[in-house]
Amino acid sequence: MARGERIIEHLLRRAGFGAGEHELEFFSSMPYGAAVDWLVDYERIEDRVDDFIGQPGFVSVVARRALEPRTVINDARQRWLFRMIHTERPLQEKMALFWHNHFATGYARLAGLLGGAEATRYLNAKPSEDPGQVLGQLELFRKYATGNFRDLLLEISKDIAMNWWLDGRLNTRVRPQENFGREILELFSLGVGHHTESDVYAAARVFTGWQSRFVGARGTLEAHYEFVYNSGNHETAAKEFSFPIYPDGGRVIPARAAASGIEDGIDLVNALARHPQTARRLMRKLHGYFVSEIHEPEPDFIERLATIYLENNFEMKPVLRELFNSGEFQDPSRHFARYSWPVEFVVRAIKEVGWDGFSVADALTPLVNMNQQLFEPPDVAGWDLGRNWFSSGTMLARMNFAATLTRNQRFNLANVVYGSHTGTPQAMVFHMLDRLPAARFDEPALRELLDYTVRGQNWNGSQAQVLVKAAGLAHLILGSGEYQFV
Amino acid sequence: MKLTRRDFIRDGVAAFTVGFAAPAFLTDLARAQGSRGRNLVVLYLSGGNDALSTLISYTDPFYYSRRPTIAVPAATVLQIGTDSSGLPLGLHPQLTGLKTIWDEGRLALVQRAGYQNSSRSHFLGTDIWSTANPNSSQGPGWLGRYLDALPDPVDPLIAWNTLREVPRSLLSRTVSIAAIPNVAGYTFASPNTGAEAGSERTAALRIASHVPVDRPHLAFVNDSALSAMATLDRVAAVGTYQPTVTYPTDGFGQALRAIAGAMAKQIGTQIYWVQTGGYDTHAQQNPVAANGAYTNLMRTLNNGVSAFYRDLTNLGLLNDTLIVQFSEFGRRIGENGSTGTDHGAAGLMMLIGGMVRGGLYGTAASLQPDPQNPTLENNGNDVRHETDFRSVYAQVIDNWLGADSGSLLGGNFRRPDLQLM
Repeated sequence: MARGERIIEHLLRRAGFGAGEHELEFFSSMPYGAAVDWLVDYERIEDRVDDFIGQPGFVSVVARRALEPRTVINDARQRWLFRMIHTERPLQEKMALFWHNHFATGYARLAGLLGGAEATRYLNAKPSEDPGQVLGQLELFRKYATGNFRDLLLEISKDIAMNWWLDGRLNTRVRPQENFGREILELFSLGVGHHTESDVYAAARVFTGWQSRFVGARGTLEAHYEFVYNSGNHETAAKEFSFPIYPDGGRVIPARAAASGIEDGIDLVNALARHPQTARRLMRKLHGYFVSEIHEPEPDFIERLATIYLENNFEMKPVLRELFNSGEFQDPSRHFARYSWPVEFVVRAIKEVGWDGFSVADALTPLVNMNQQLFEPPDVAGWDLGRNWFSSGTMLARMNFAATLTRNQRFNLANVVYGSHTGTPQAMVFHMLDRLPAARFDEPALRELLDYTVRGQNWNGSQAQVLVKAAGLAHLILGSGEYQFV
Repeated sequence: MKLTRRDFIRDGVAAFTVGFAAPAFLTDLARAQGSRGRNLVVLYLSGGNDALSTLISYTDPFYYSRRPTIAVPAATVLQIGTDSSGLPLGLHPQLTGLKTIWDEGRLALVQRAGYQNSSRSHFLGTDIWSTANPNSSQGPGWLGRYLDALPDPVDPLIAWNTLREVPRSLLSRTVSIAAIPNVAGYTFASPNTGAEAGSERTAALRIASHVPVDRPHLAFVNDSALSAMATLDRVAAVGTYQPTVTYPTDGFGQALRAIAGAMAKQIGTQIYWVQTGGYDTHAQQNPVAANGAYTNLMRTLNNGVSAFYRDLTNLGLLNDTLIVQFSEFGRRIGENGSTGTDHGAAGLMMLIGGMVRGGLYGTAASLQPDPQNPTLENNGNDVRHETDFRSVYAQVIDNWLGADSGSLLGGNFRRPDLQLM
């Protein structure tokens, strides 16, 4: 089938991970604004995608017996990739990935502290599958994917994975520990250059006593850590900041009795969520994630989104709706104006090429080589985005994943091509480009694709020839610079 | 001109290196640019190394009083003598291989390296060390600027980083940096076989060679594909390298093994980047116990570097190699409540190589927690810098890379009294 409306494809590449044929058909039948609403207001769509794992017609997973995403990190990675490919709520997964990068938490360090199974649990468990009803960090990101940023900032401050990752669990009155206090200012909200060193020390004192406690009988499946505010470990003295904490401009969190000291953190989180600098920084990040990395955002656009964020009590949904409905987003110059993240590249390639008989397990090592292993960001600042994704080694890894996928899918690719488009080499090239949308191929690059179809032997359109050339052509397109843009 | 012994050795070695017949796969370009025969290996300890646990001021009572649970006992440090202020210093007990290098006079330790108003942020701190600009850490890195200044065309393997992403120090405006974490995986795969795979490789190379008009972003991505495809054969040659020593199996050791292989196979690379992480020791730092976190860090560092050093010695490449180590900051003097240390200020730089003048440079801080203590800052909580890290860079640029540090660093940071090589 021919590809649908370009603007709908653009929306699905950005608000999701691209579109398979059926999705495209579905979305192309509705007006653009309705498609935006469908994507943003996803709660009305039942979240049943996990039920399809292991079912025919879906991408495969590899597990010894059943997938154990609650306790085995590579299974958690497989489940997430599966969800990105098959979810009916693409924006939820897309925003979960955004928050995973924003609040970047790494598995390896947690596994060193807690063991691999428990580390996986605090990163990935769904309460419905966990005997202790543990809500893993990724589930938190799904829960607040398009929700309230203030609430998310507060919840992440209590999140067990975060509490161990940035040592908040060890932050006490006697010797405050700065790790979390520093990063909540520098990375999770205001950004570097908008706070002072003494703000860091004050923030560390604010979160003293925000720790983890073990509940349940040791050795049972129910037993787990949960957040606790230990009043005895809380520093009760006043804390002064260089920026307003309260709506009246007050910069000092007052001295409080230890029993109500948790209010310090809530005051600080409120102040950070409300700070215009946080709003602008978040909006700039969203611009890079959804609109363009090759155009500087218009200051007016950032201000407009920041205002919506501030006027809607830090809710992300109105912001996202405005963003996707904006002229800035829809402008053709913004199509293919982002460097795809490795995960975006892999998921889109699978959705567009096909998955029957392909396993997401075969994407795990390639993703490492492309420099994006899920649940293992390089550090708390998240991944280096944009052109930083690209080096000779990572580009080669993308090209080689494309080879793996197209080799695996060569019969599917040949069947589709053979059924409808074998008339001429040109028809095959244009069919492939239609199926695998990329930034424009200039005439000389396009000529190389055409030349390839007849290199080695003249075109005869035989099944044997199509089998070879369809896979080769798909590989060349997926491995091209043009396809790396979304 | 009077020829010193060092000059003689240097020139002799350079002549010797060029005298080898270059392997046939070397392009003329690589041969021309590689003929200098000098290798720079930048070693980054990521996370902010606690310099006070690497080089230990083991007679300072405040070292022990301010670190009641994480001080290295004086009896266990590897003593290396006193610095110019007369303070005795010792290496962390795991650094036995580095102690040997020290004894051979090939390890320089630059104490209290840093800059004014040291950033306590990992990210800003790393950017500052990478750009060598504490005021505005934007744009290319200090080594990227060196590469930018080389005459065109620059060989795509002029620099080799053992990470997947390009570190900021190597970020260049005009030169695409090879990122090769794993030599074995550095091949071109195809869904087809035989002649068809060859046709595809040809087509991929031609598509990537196409320079799109007015689309610099696409050109950049194409360039990374092109530099991969143009270097596959040379990198494959590195994969055949048989080292003269056994390297540790960890990632750091294997990265150093690949670097030695690239040097031995003379593929033309001049600058190498290697890093090892885990230095952000906010909690349970433990530099004492055999399996403590910091003990493990030092073991990894020591075992990798000493294997590399011995391999280079055996290959006769030591005099052609300079290793420069840095980290984004040192750590807080007093331990925190989690038996770790928070972000601090000045740190330690190490230089290792056949032409390095081994020794202790600069003076250790007195750790007395007096706000007026001139060797400290931040109310006596952090170590104050004494040697500007850019003075070390200046020596590397002027004396090793043969470029002009004044223009690359945007100022004169030469220190005639600091002669590290």
